[in-house]
Amino acid sequence: MFKKLIFEMGSNGRSGCSLPKIDVPEVNISQLIPEKFQRKKAARLPQVSEFDVVRHFINLSTLNHHVDKGFYPLGSCTMKYNPKINEETQGLKGFSALHPHQPDATVQGALQLLYELAEYLCQVSGLAAVTLQPSAGAHGELTGLMMIKAYHEAQGGNRKIVLIPDSAHGTNPASVTIAGLQAVQIKSNAQGLVDLEDLKAHLNNETAALMLTNPNTLGIFETQVAEISRLVHKAGALLYMDGANLNALLGIVRPGDLGFDVVHFNLHKTFSTPHGGGGPGAGPVGVSERIRSFLPSPCVKKEKHGFTRTCEFSESIGKVSAFYGNFSILVRAYTYIRMLGATGLRQVSEGALINANYLLALLRDFYDLPYTRTPMHEFVLSGDRQKKFGVKTLDIAKRLLDYGVHAPTVYFPLIVSEALMIEPTETESKETLEQFADLLIKIAQEAEQTPELLKEAPVTTPVSRLNEALAARNLNVRYLFSD
Amino acid sequence: MLVPEMLKYTEEHEWVAVNGDIATVGITDYAQGELGDVVFIELPQTNTSLNQMDAFGTIEAVKAVSDLFAPVSGTVIEVNSKLNNAPEFVNKDPYGDGWMIKIKMNAAAELNNLLTAEAYKNKIK
Repeated sequence: MFKKLIFEMGSNGRSGCSLPKIDVPEVNISQLIPEKFQRKKAARLPQVSEFDVVRHFINLSTLNHHVDKGFYPLGSCTMKYNPKINEETQGLKGFSALHPHQPDATVQGALQLLYELAEYLCQVSGLAAVTLQPSAGAHGELTGLMMIKAYHEAQGGNRKIVLIPDSAHGTNPASVTIAGLQAVQIKSNAQGLVDLEDLKAHLNNETAALMLTNPNTLGIFETQVAEISRLVHKAGALLYMDGANLNALLGIVRPGDLGFDVVHFNLHKTFSTPHGGGGPGAGPVGVSERIRSFLPSPCVKKEKHGFTRTCEFSESIGKVSAFYGNFSILVRAYTYIRMLGATGLRQVSEGALINANYLLALLRDFYDLPYTRTPMHEFVLSGDRQKKFGVKTLDIAKRLLDYGVHAPTVYFPLIVSEALMIEPTETESKETLEQFADLLIKIAQEAEQTPELLKEAPVTTPVSRLNEALAARNLNVRYLFSD
Repeated sequence: MLVPEMLKYTEEHEWVAVNGDIATVGITDYAQGELGDVVFIELPQTNTSLNQMDAFGTIEAVKAVSDLFAPVSGTVIEVNSKLNNAPEFVNKDPYGDGWMIKIKMNAAAELNNLLTAEAYKNKIK
């Protein structure tokens, strides 16, 4: 097995390249960089050949699970297939070799793409305008909340409270806090929907917004959304939609028509861009007409002679990203939308709904389903039945790894005990869904008959069960050289 | 599952042990089992004043982060600083070395609206 870190490979003086002899006058570094910023000791970079590096990272990559390798039903994350044509288009020299400071006249194609992508997202969401700047979903949340805050300040109000259902993603309260606002939790009712009475009791002249995920994290459509919108707006607050589950609504429902004022889009979920291992991502934000003037500047404007980057908003919250967002990710999302068209996008959501409901039908006799309303693109089972045999949902998840599939999201949403949150996505075949259902059914039997098997899992993976608490308590991410 | 008879409990799974006007507070054996391995605990400064059921800190486990709630009103007079470096005490010994704060109570009558061991056992059944 592959065990060495790259620092432990190679040998002193080995290098991946040999530079030619310098053919320009040498300049003393002190003339260019002040003394205090200069490195005192040489950087201790790995001393390896190009081949060492290639082999090292190829070996590491084979240890990973990824959607191109196997099923990946990670609920809420939408691990759909990322079409390879997205990679082809983003790699076109006209997109990949640009510099953000190039004059507008030399980047008309790129500007047109940005302009049209924003237009498409407006059409999908039923909103008035879109910014493409935010670099990820949570960054989109923060951007949306900053606009909401600026909007209320411009109205002369002092609204600081953002209401968040107890089924929400953890990023919601985190973004609220970072934006300088205060999160207050709203209860879910027995059906897994927002408890309207609790909402009414919390709405007042301090409420800035309600952040709603629709469909919610149980995969259930918030059927009372029209009434929620009326109540929220009547109280003078705004309605924010966490677009994490927009992939269930494409071509079926538009958030703007439901009364949402601000919506963020996770391009890596709904529009097939890669889920970065830390990035880059993109989390565009759409807004209704009344929030438009608060959008980040600049944006792309269509003029008679072509596209420019001169579009400024009168009450803009400023820039939220260097330049115009993660451009190559935006090219991928644009490609996806153009490849599918309006009809294709609707089929994406319909396929996601059918796949999730088919999988649920295969599984519901074998696991508990605490919220029984018909879900959309994902559903949440509970491992409570298996817990009676001393098996936790974590053990079920670990056992799945032994069979070569990624585990579902576990222990989320928090309102379901021993939660297993399953999202197959539209890109999986009927056979894959059936194979996965067979595995989970087999594991349910193992939980009953041989629970110790599950507690020891996984045994076939590159590393066995990790001590997650130890990793968090003694964080160790820095290589210590022996000398 | 340990639910000591002499303690009082909150609906949110804190326990409280009373000695005169001093209340020692922690989370229950059931709560630590549900949370799983605790990785971090954030506790208040001494002299913080708390109302009953105010959040006095947060507990982070592998599974989730939760608020900690004050079973009674009063002033924090002591904090278990050992938990900074050894949060695992909450898992190993929730009613002993895993204690979190001591509160000097200013409304001891509030103890009457907490759960008895019997009532708490029924709650978690």
